[in-house]
Amino acid sequence: MRPLVLILSPLIAGTLTCFIPNKIINRILLVCLSLGHAGVLLSLWIIPEPPNTGNWIHLDQTGLFFLSIASLLFLASSVYSLKYLQQESVYSSFPDHREGDSSKKNEKLFLGCMHFFLSSMSLVTMSQHIGILWVAMEATTLSTAPLIYFNKNSRSLEATWKYLVICSVGIALGLLGNIFISVSACQTGQTASSLLFPGMISRAIHFKTIWLKTAFIFFLVGYGTKMGLAPFHTWLPDAHSEAPSPVSALLSGALLNCAFLSLLRIYSIASAAGLASFAQDLFRLFGILSLIFSSIFILGQNNYKRMLAYSSVEHMGILIFGIGLGGLGAWGSIFHVLNHSFVKAALFLISGNILTAYKTKSINKIQGILHHSPLTGILWLAGLFAISGMPPFGTFFSKFMILQEALRQQLLWQTILFLFFLSVIFISMSKTILFMSQGERCHLEVKTTSLSEFICAVLPPLLLLSWILLLGFYLPDFLRNTITEITQQLRAG
Amino acid sequence: MKTIADIVLMFLILSNLAFLGISRLKTCIRILALQGLSLGILPFLIHIPAFSYDSVLLAVGSILLRGLIFPYYLEKAMRKADVRHEVEPFIGYSFSILFGMGLLFISAWLGFRLQIPYLLTSRLLVPSSLFTIMTGLFILISRRKALSQVIGYLVMENGIYTLGITLVHEQPFIIELGILLDIFAGVFIMGIMIFHISRAFDHIDIDKLSSLKE
Repeated sequence: MRPLVLILSPLIAGTLTCFIPNKIINRILLVCLSLGHAGVLLSLWIIPEPPNTGNWIHLDQTGLFFLSIASLLFLASSVYSLKYLQQESVYSSFPDHREGDSSKKNEKLFLGCMHFFLSSMSLVTMSQHIGILWVAMEATTLSTAPLIYFNKNSRSLEATWKYLVICSVGIALGLLGNIFISVSACQTGQTASSLLFPGMISRAIHFKTIWLKTAFIFFLVGYGTKMGLAPFHTWLPDAHSEAPSPVSALLSGALLNCAFLSLLRIYSIASAAGLASFAQDLFRLFGILSLIFSSIFILGQNNYKRMLAYSSVEHMGILIFGIGLGGLGAWGSIFHVLNHSFVKAALFLISGNILTAYKTKSINKIQGILHHSPLTGILWLAGLFAISGMPPFGTFFSKFMILQEALRQQLLWQTILFLFFLSVIFISMSKTILFMSQGERCHLEVKTTSLSEFICAVLPPLLLLSWILLLGFYLPDFLRNTITEITQQLRAG
Repeated sequence: MKTIADIVLMFLILSNLAFLGISRLKTCIRILALQGLSLGILPFLIHIPAFSYDSVLLAVGSILLRGLIFPYYLEKAMRKADVRHEVEPFIGYSFSILFGMGLLFISAWLGFRLQIPYLLTSRLLVPSSLFTIMTGLFILISRRKALSQVIGYLVMENGIYTLGITLVHEQPFIIELGILLDIFAGVFIMGIMIFHISRAFDHIDIDKLSSLKE
């Protein structure tokens, strides 16, 4: 019952938004809905659902973990977008948005699509049937495309087009994966329920290996495109940098995770069928590739939102590399999902604040954030430390676990490459962020933040970052158990 | 039934080759419509006993979407975007056709070699659907116009659909419906984007959309 509420209520709210003419009511509706969504999820943590009895839509522990992250980020983003939308209607034209005409920006469409986006993400995390999963993943692409196009200028147009075409084609290849996996499953009497994940995992040992391998490769390419694994990542920096900041935060922090979750579900079938090492080799390959590509493009990047987007490619590489190691690496990888999502969402929200203050996305035009708005500057620096995995933050521990497992398995070259590219990224990102934060006070006046601005624009990233800081010191038992359970499900069979 | 199925599949293969050689966008859209119509009846030709309300409903939906609504919508987008009527490929027509022959050869070789675990009505099913998928991908990467990319996407989707009805016998109704809805919404949004691109740039040439390069 409650899982259905999680899917349907945003759907209904989104439809309502399209019919309500009042802007203020619509904005309040978005925040209320995200609060309610998070509340229902909280109740699911306290009183779990009964185990699945062959339903197509069921929120298992893995889904609950991923959806909770998405829902919390959605809450942060929707509070943030209150201020964002207000500013958008006040400032008519940024130099960066020159071609855009703010009067054409369709706020109603924006809010409606946010609701639909949440609904489709909920469906992704809950789908237990491989076909539903596909439908839901494609629905996330479609509901986010109008969000990326919100600024209505030529660059956002280009980004949206690339996003739509590349992701749709990628996911269409995922549909081929669906076809092949059902062929590989078909010898034992085929009914509709046979394509449910739990059922497939228990019967995976009888699957035809060659078809399963083919299916796995198609899934990896298809959902890997959506996840932004190199070399299929080309749409990601464009879409994530041109989208409005609250949307960028959700795209990087929540949507990439959904694609990762889909790959995890497929991986658990492959590993149950005895193809674990085949899948892991591929995962590690794409992990290292993503690190290489992202480090090349972060080096010498002059657009800070693009830099953050490439950093997402890097972290997706780390996640998939960790799963490719298995054992402690997989544990660290699932933990890293949480860490990366919160930190990256916080960074994108802060970058939105910087964009509003300086009205430019190019790095070399920005200096002295610490002077101009100390709070944003401090958060921007803290975000840098968190994303690059500095010790007190949770990211340090998750990355360290992955590294530890790689060393334990004596994968010498892969470890060296992993460390080398991580340090390249660390050096170039910290150079950039330090350059932006410090320096002379430029033409901007020191501005005091009003209370409403503090609550909407500073508090969400502050809370997200401090939670990750806290996770570095203390990992609550319920989270530890959940992550352990998720990694055990990966190895089931 | 088998002969009719074979004829439909031959038509599928020929229409793919036509996409590669025809220069007028409008003709391409018309051929896409014919392809969609012929694919709509294909499920009844390849498994006869499966004749239920669901499958009829899906076939009707598929014919309506692929054969009528998409082509109509694309033509409307073409008119609204006011584009020139040539396809303008990066790769010349004759070379495209040669390349298509190569793809046909590869897909025939692959399709006849694959070990399908059950009996198929026609031996042409798998090769022709593979060929359609590859043609769609080729159109996607070799054409300049945004509209041609949508056509390529739809051709590829047609191929996947054919492969799907060949290999997956009992896809649940709700999922087929979901897939159809997703594709519909996708093409719908792409059409709107084409309109915006043509208004913002006065053209829909994808190779000129390059401000977001490294």
